[in-house]
Amino acid sequence: MGAPTIVADGVGKRFQLHHRRATSLKERLLLHRQSSSEGFWALREVDLEIGAGQTVGLIGPNGSGKSTLLKVLSGILAPTTGTVAVRGRVASLLELGAGFNGELTGRENVYLNAAILGLPRRETARYFDDIVAFAELEPFIDNQVKHYSSGQYVRLGFAVAVHVSPDILLIDEVLAVGDESFQRKCLNKIAEFQQRGCTILFVTHALDLIPRICSRGVVLDHGRVLHDGDPVEAAERLRSLLGTGADQSGGAAAGTDRPKVAAVRLFDPASGAGKGHFRGGEAMAVELDVAAPAGSAPVAVRMAVTGPADVPMWVMDSEPLHPGPDGTATVRFTVKELPQIKGIYALAVAVRDPASNVTYDARRFGEAFLAAGDTATGVLEVVWTAEQVEHQVQP
Amino acid sequence: MVQAQSAADARAAAQSRVRLELLTELVRKDLKVKYKNSALGFIWSLANPLLYLAVFTLVFDKLLKNGIEAFPVLFMSGFLVWNFFNLATLSGTGSVVGNANLVRKVRFPRVVLPLSSVGFAGVHFVLQLGVLLVVLALFYRDAFGPQLVLLVPALAVVLVFATAMALLASALNVRYRDVEHLLEVILLAWFWLTPIVYPVTYVRDELAGSPWLFRLYLANPMTGVVTAMQRAIYVHPVTGGRQILPAGGYGFYLTWLGVGGAIALALLAAGLWTFRRLQADFAEEL
Repeated sequence: MGAPTIVADGVGKRFQLHHRRATSLKERLLLHRQSSSEGFWALREVDLEIGAGQTVGLIGPNGSGKSTLLKVLSGILAPTTGTVAVRGRVASLLELGAGFNGELTGRENVYLNAAILGLPRRETARYFDDIVAFAELEPFIDNQVKHYSSGQYVRLGFAVAVHVSPDILLIDEVLAVGDESFQRKCLNKIAEFQQRGCTILFVTHALDLIPRICSRGVVLDHGRVLHDGDPVEAAERLRSLLGTGADQSGGAAAGTDRPKVAAVRLFDPASGAGKGHFRGGEAMAVELDVAAPAGSAPVAVRMAVTGPADVPMWVMDSEPLHPGPDGTATVRFTVKELPQIKGIYALAVAVRDPASNVTYDARRFGEAFLAAGDTATGVLEVVWTAEQVEHQVQP
Repeated sequence: MVQAQSAADARAAAQSRVRLELLTELVRKDLKVKYKNSALGFIWSLANPLLYLAVFTLVFDKLLKNGIEAFPVLFMSGFLVWNFFNLATLSGTGSVVGNANLVRKVRFPRVVLPLSSVGFAGVHFVLQLGVLLVVLALFYRDAFGPQLVLLVPALAVVLVFATAMALLASALNVRYRDVEHLLEVILLAWFWLTPIVYPVTYVRDELAGSPWLFRLYLANPMTGVVTAMQRAIYVHPVTGGRQILPAGGYGFYLTWLGVGGAIALALLAAGLWTFRRLQADFAEEL
């Protein structure tokens, strides 16, 4: 960790509640007596020290103060209590294209926006072609921005912000905008910034991104720092906060006369203790209850462990299960040794007819378990070697 | 490492310091936005003073027959500088509120917003003044004399005063949107309380019995500025046996410019202080 570039010390931010606010002299006079000091604390005693070159993911439920914290750190809002010290040029992507003027052309807006972000005109001129190329707007750069599509608008905004060579990049959920190819481009750019030693703090709701690109995760809740440290643990912490750790989505309404998924439990097969956070190499057990009408024919269970974008990592099929007299059956899958994977995984389970493979019921347990690693260098950790191959010289 | 850090500190400072480049860029933006898609573009900025010139000349010179020689010159010499003050103050007042999306989302020195409004008005003024001087060179050759030096202190005072007004009003307007409406009314009254359409000497003669009231009248910084502008450009101090501009060297003008300048500086200090105090809450209040 390099010298701290962002130091927040006991930062608190109180907002005046809106219905109390006098916005005109008349109201001011009328409210004179009752103008109270009641307010809403969006941030409370936030201590944060971020070293140069760190990439920190800031997560939390809606309204937990993430955006407020970014605004305070970027100097847009003044903290009510505490102090903020920031070292270096800050590019804050709180809203892409903030400060664009629809009447001006893309070219004019690039110069204006870069000037606002602190870049001298001649430097902007130097980067101009790169900015336009990054935004993929060559044919439209001399059109008025008001005629741009929202995607073009966002691309140009991001392109300018990343080209002002910031020391600190504060990003607020803007990666969610834009199509997939642009998102990939943004992530590549972020990786480039990481290599250059730029400090990055970003807010996201895409929890699977956190272990992938962050070296540290901070969870905010009700304006307080709940967790500050390992990104995978941060994601898990938030998940338990949101109550999405287990049973989350599914289609249990598939009729009452068909076998259904009743419950799923994850635990450590050795101790039998429930667990949601596994490391590569550990053993994992999953028990699944099936509820079928009494006297049902045998059913089979298929369970797929899925990663980002619901790509199945591996699939486990059970033998046909014979429901008991009450129609219930339980199957236990045991993974003797989890592969060295990192990230957040979901379980997709299906109850099927073993004869015809018709699915009776399928459910997805989103973000069912986590597999942690030290750094997010990839999803899989594979044992591999590299050696030089001797060339056979042809006679 | 130490060097890299001080460079980073310098870049951090560059983001919160008022840079001339940012100011120019903002003024450029305002001008472009204003004259985009208009065929005549900048020429429109001459339309407003020309219209006023036509109307006031018609009413006061032709209909009311005030008998002032070269009334259009007297009028324009005061009106253009008033127009600058008026535009700078009014567009400055709305400058922070009008750029709410920027203030709420981007870190930059907020003070550049009212300053760029003053710059915006200044560009118009310089252009209009240039046209006036060209017209004078063509039709009123005798206007060019050493008295033109008075332009320098007069413009300095009005620049400070307009900046002070823009700073103060823009900051207050964020909290109380009444400021904008209030100022529109005040500026209209202010226009008539400043000797633009009538000569200052008429007021002096009218208030001959109460010199303190006349001094109060002169303490209006815009009166000092306007009379100095008139003295610099208008060369008919006496018409029809009546004194139009105070005689006797530049003493009178410099004195009241000095008073106006002192008031403007005090207001500038107050404006800066107010702006600094209130700007921390801008992003919240918008």
